[in-house]
Amino acid sequence: MAVTTPPRRKPSLYDGERRLALLMLSPAALLLLCFLLIPFFMAFGLSLTNQRLISPNPTEIIGLGNYRELLDVRFFPLAPRLDPDTNAPLRDAEGNLVYPAVREILRADPETRFFRELAQIDLFGTRYLIAASDATFWRALANTFMFALIVVPLQTAFALMLAMLVNQKLRGMNFFRTVYFSPVVTTMAIVSVLWFFMYNPDFGLINSLLGVVGLGPFRWLEDPRSALFSIIILSIWQGVGFQMVIFLAGLQEIPQELYEAAQIDGAGRWRQFTNVTLPSLRNTTIFVVISTTILAFKLFVQVDVMTFGTGGPFDSTATTILHLVNQGYRQQRVGYASAISVIFVLIVLVISVLQRRVLTNREV
Amino acid sequence: MSSISQTVGAEERRAAQARARGYRLRRTLFLTLNYGFMLFLVGFFVFPVVIMVVSSLKPERLVSSDMRTIYAFIPREATLENYTCPDYQSPETKCVDGAGGVFERLPMPRLFFNSVFVTSSIVLLGLFVNSMAAYALARLRLPGRGIVLTLVILLIIVPFESVAVPLLLLVNELPWIDGTISWLNSYHVQIFPFAADAFSIFLFYQFFLNIPRDFDEAARVDGAGGFLIYRRIIVPLARPVFATVAILQFLAHWGSFLWPLMTTRGFEFTTLPVAMNVFFGQAPRQWGDVMAFASLATVPVLVVFLLFQRWFVQSVSASGVKG
Repeated sequence: MAVTTPPRRKPSLYDGERRLALLMLSPAALLLLCFLLIPFFMAFGLSLTNQRLISPNPTEIIGLGNYRELLDVRFFPLAPRLDPDTNAPLRDAEGNLVYPAVREILRADPETRFFRELAQIDLFGTRYLIAASDATFWRALANTFMFALIVVPLQTAFALMLAMLVNQKLRGMNFFRTVYFSPVVTTMAIVSVLWFFMYNPDFGLINSLLGVVGLGPFRWLEDPRSALFSIIILSIWQGVGFQMVIFLAGLQEIPQELYEAAQIDGAGRWRQFTNVTLPSLRNTTIFVVISTTILAFKLFVQVDVMTFGTGGPFDSTATTILHLVNQGYRQQRVGYASAISVIFVLIVLVISVLQRRVLTNREV
Repeated sequence: MSSISQTVGAEERRAAQARARGYRLRRTLFLTLNYGFMLFLVGFFVFPVVIMVVSSLKPERLVSSDMRTIYAFIPREATLENYTCPDYQSPETKCVDGAGGVFERLPMPRLFFNSVFVTSSIVLLGLFVNSMAAYALARLRLPGRGIVLTLVILLIIVPFESVAVPLLLLVNELPWIDGTISWLNSYHVQIFPFAADAFSIFLFYQFFLNIPRDFDEAARVDGAGGFLIYRRIIVPLARPVFATVAILQFLAHWGSFLWPLMTTRGFEFTTLPVAMNVFFGQAPRQWGDVMAFASLATVPVLVVFLLFQRWFVQSVSASGVKG
């Protein structure tokens, strides 16, 4: 970068102020530069190398190798096994076609030796095997999106409901507001352990409580079908109070006259909600939705504590950040984890750009 | 004529009374359902914390077995042995679980100190550097102000998680003032990366921008320089936003997990959340002790929150005002 020297001139009245401004800005600027901006750009650079946290070997530039390992997905059409004598397709006891083992197919090509099966799908009468070089990454990505898709609408709606409840002009609302907010001040790592205890399939309180109304017992975190859902409940419990308070601030800014006018027009409670409350809360809702989405994409602590860093069972609770930490910190593969970081930043960036678009639409 | 109007009046009155009765009935029904539902939600938000505290006060053998019964919510045979049992090794000890409480099994005072020290350093240092930067941006003639401001707003988006791994590599090779290389396993590695915060700068900036210029013009006429104006006029006027930023930063960093997990070893510098994770993973897992640890880490913060809940709520709503 070229440094331009300003032409010598008489010292101005504002020179002192400029110097002071730079002086006051510099501590924060230096800290942000060292601990946010530089590592941010380092992530891009490191993602092109095989850098490890501690390694006797020198670091090498490997180009897009990390991204290839991370993103490589292959489709294999599967031919059913044929009977060697009749050449007719083999069928198992239930009459289903028999396909060759996944292992055989992947081992056949040295390039796909270490690939893992992601899924098998039937498309137009042919079965396809989808295999990925880093299957955990794809499952983690799918889980993260799934988590966001469930948590964001659920938590936003729940927060709005809570905010409307505590916004009623009745006695004791301060008490309810305080109680609903209180999980926000608990520590996620601590309450994850607490919920792990309560989710215990054998002696856990949650199964006991559900048993009273005739539900369950469920295996919660031990069952791949319910593990992510268990994480979702805990996350909403801990986080919803924050969004409630933001909605509450939005509700209190709605002028009372709007409701009075709606009442005069004969609008019932539901019409008042859909025609006054929701449109007035548009900006608040956008903010809550976007910030909750980004928080959801950062899902890590709950999963790390409750699954002992495994993202199990069978990757059913693996998340993008968990994979990043497992690769970059626990496996010390800094280069590879940097590639995950870059992908993660891109995802967050896309969400933020969408946010900006929605927000500017509003202002037009 | 008059008798007719009287009857009409009486009928109207009766109808009105019936309406009022119906209204009162509906109102009572509504209030009952409303409060009933809200109390149910109180149960949903409170029961984990109640279970945690109650379980921490029970002898180990009852902790899990009581979960099937109503005793889950009742601290029967209450004891403090999950917290402390100094004489657990002596033959005369009254403690049954044999390994002592959390105070014997973990350096609890140290862990508390670590958490409080790291979090309050981040908050205090942050208030200082972020408010100064915001002051320079909002009220002083700063070259390249527009670019810096845009950069600050862009940095709000960058999630810490995405820089954590390169940062780990970076701090591992940074020198510290005592001449050692590598910041790992220290307090400063947990403090300095978080002191400057783009969102805090933004909150300060918005507040400072709205303070009328007349105040500092008057001070300037009296010969006060920029820094004096910041210290004597802006900071006192901006107390609410200082409180807001302090509380938001506290909430963000008290529970910090990922970074202390990556940068600390053992219990010397580690904070409560990471220590909880380690303790939880240690065999044999004694749920009574784990719950005692969880209660110790949770209850003090809950008490602080209850004392200052109005401030907490205001701070959080301030974070959402201007998406």
